[in-house]
Amino acid sequence: MVRKLSRRVYLTVMLIFLYAPILTLVVLSFNASKSRAKWGGFTLKWYKQLFSNEETLNALYTTLLIAFLSALIAVILGTLASIAMNSMKKKPRALLMAITNIPMLNADIVTGISLMLLFIFVNVVFRTRIRLGFTTVLLAHITFNIPYVILSVMPKLRQINKNTYEAALDLGASPIYAFYKVILPEIFPGILSGFLLAFTMSLDDFTITYFTTGPGIETLSTQIYTEVRKGIQPEIYALSTLMFAAVLLLLVFVNRKSAVKEKE
Amino acid sequence: MANKLVDLQNISKAYGDNVILDDLNLYIKENEFLTLLGPSGCGKTTTLRIIGGFETPDSGKVIFEGKDISKLPPNERQLNTVFQKYALFTHMTIAENIAFGLKIKNKSRQYIKDKIEYALKLVNLKGFENRSVDSLSGGQQQRIAIARAIVNEPKLLLLDEPLGALDLKLRQDMQYELIRLKNELGITFIYVTHDQEEALTMSDTIVVMNQGYIQQIGSPEDIYNEPQNAFVADFIGESNIIDGIFVQDEVVEICGKKFACVDKGFGNNTPVDVVIRPEDIDLVDPKEGTITGIVKSLLFKGVHYEMEVEANGRDWLVHSTDLSPVGAMVGIKVDPYDIQIMKKPESEDEEAVVNDEQ
Ligand SMILES: Nc1ncnc2c1ncn2[C@@H]1O[C@H](COP(=O)(O)OP(=O)(O)O)[C@@H](O)[C@H]1O
Ligand SMILES: [Mg+2]
Repeated sequence: MVRKLSRRVYLTVMLIFLYAPILTLVVLSFNASKSRAKWGGFTLKWYKQLFSNEETLNALYTTLLIAFLSALIAVILGTLASIAMNSMKKKPRALLMAITNIPMLNADIVTGISLMLLFIFVNVVFRTRIRLGFTTVLLAHITFNIPYVILSVMPKLRQINKNTYEAALDLGASPIYAFYKVILPEIFPGILSGFLLAFTMSLDDFTITYFTTGPGIETLSTQIYTEVRKGIQPEIYALSTLMFAAVLLLLVFVNRKSAVKEKE
Repeated sequence: MANKLVDLQNISKAYGDNVILDDLNLYIKENEFLTLLGPSGCGKTTTLRIIGGFETPDSGKVIFEGKDISKLPPNERQLNTVFQKYALFTHMTIAENIAFGLKIKNKSRQYIKDKIEYALKLVNLKGFENRSVDSLSGGQQQRIAIARAIVNEPKLLLLDEPLGALDLKLRQDMQYELIRLKNELGITFIYVTHDQEEALTMSDTIVVMNQGYIQQIGSPEDIYNEPQNAFVADFIGESNIIDGIFVQDEVVEICGKKFACVDKGFGNNTPVDVVIRPEDIDLVDPKEGTITGIVKSLLFKGVHYEMEVEANGRDWLVHSTDLSPVGAMVGIKVDPYDIQIMKKPESEDEEAVVNDEQ
């Protein structure tokens, strides 16, 4: 009895700790009063203002575009990399897996600064004129997304019976035909969750974007940061709430999918 | 003699320092049911994969219908493989699995449909067209794998322990079905197994392998009755393998007693291995036996009794339908043609004998 009760209490306290800040944010985004200390009634006006703000809409567009493109390119590169790694011997594969996992654990700020330095360095050495901006942010996002793709595609590849691909060849399929007809459909669930995960990570990112972006290019997160420095407007609560909701939805979707798969 | 369908010439294969096949020579005749038999790890699968094109030999040639196909990729070889773990395409229905090879060959829809129906009937799974792979038992999946292979009308079917994952009863049923299939289709089978009973039941020709070397090639009767060395004798069924001395032609000394045999030409007074099958030992009255001994143990095995008899310092395994109780004094008698004499291997640990005969 007592154990059960204490377990409940613990869980509740933990959830409050985790979600209280976000809950505050969500509540304030519907607060008609500008004051953070007073409830002025329910309103959607901050959301309306948000969507009539051109800068915000621009940032939203950039964010979605970068998320989509970076996830797409990361999925292609990551899947190819996984296939190559899967056909390696055990030791080099384990080593490469570890190497690809490290960037995920690396502090964002380190990744961000290193990428920024790399872009500048390339400019200096190769006398190119890559300007920090859309392209560099996109490249940065592709970079940090690839490990997530590998992480979700690799287990699917490992599950495939080694003989399945050979069976396709045996029945007369060329290697490319065998890949499209046999391997790709088998690993598609992994590719899809890799894409969604990458998309979410890209939406979510502030630090790396902040260091690799340049003048004129804002994503939602850098936009919020800029706004906040000017002074916090309730509009920001609305925007943050929306971002939270979007990421939450995506994650629920990914988890549901893998839960259903596991049941099968 | 029928034509050689496949001819493996001087095939060698090593993984790193690990030599798997060393100068292997073997041919398979058209319409033959040939079985590669040997303990796990002896190189059977490797041999099969070299024929299928999934491994390239380090040296040597694979000749198929007189043409060198050593460099041909698997998808261009006129043969099909049934893998041990079935390797069905799990995201496709049964019909789609079977149609896979035919679609690549651009066969008409009607042709494919007829073929699927025919193949499913052949493997006794009529009406399974739209089932999913996951809904099938292991035995059923293996039949589908066979159906998927044979609709392509290959000249040669390679089967790598196709019944290995099935339970005993199902395995026996499938053995008969495979023989029936082979006879109906008239294609050549190369079959891999480590199960000697399976090999004896199904094959026209058995190739016994050990550590990458062919030990003996012959019909099941040859292999069983006249094993060429102790390894084959031991691997194929239970045997008494006894040290003996070849005294002179048609006389061999075992455990200090002279036995009549039918072999000649091993050289007078040469140490040899003597193989006597347990069912070839007759237990008789002690006075009539060449050697006398005492029954040490007795087991009822269904068709026969299995007895261990201690005589002249060693245990003799005996199978007989007549029972001799434990502790009884018995005489051991062996007919001359039931005694199989073999040359001793050159060295003690040289189990694998290089054998170029065929
Ligand atoms: N791809 C491989 N890499 C390294 N060693 C292998 C490989 N495939 C097989 N072997 C080794 O070759 C030997 C023979 O294998 P195999 O032909 O599969 O034997 P069998 O089918 O008779 O059990 C085994 O010792 C196995 O470990
Ligand atoms: Mg094998």
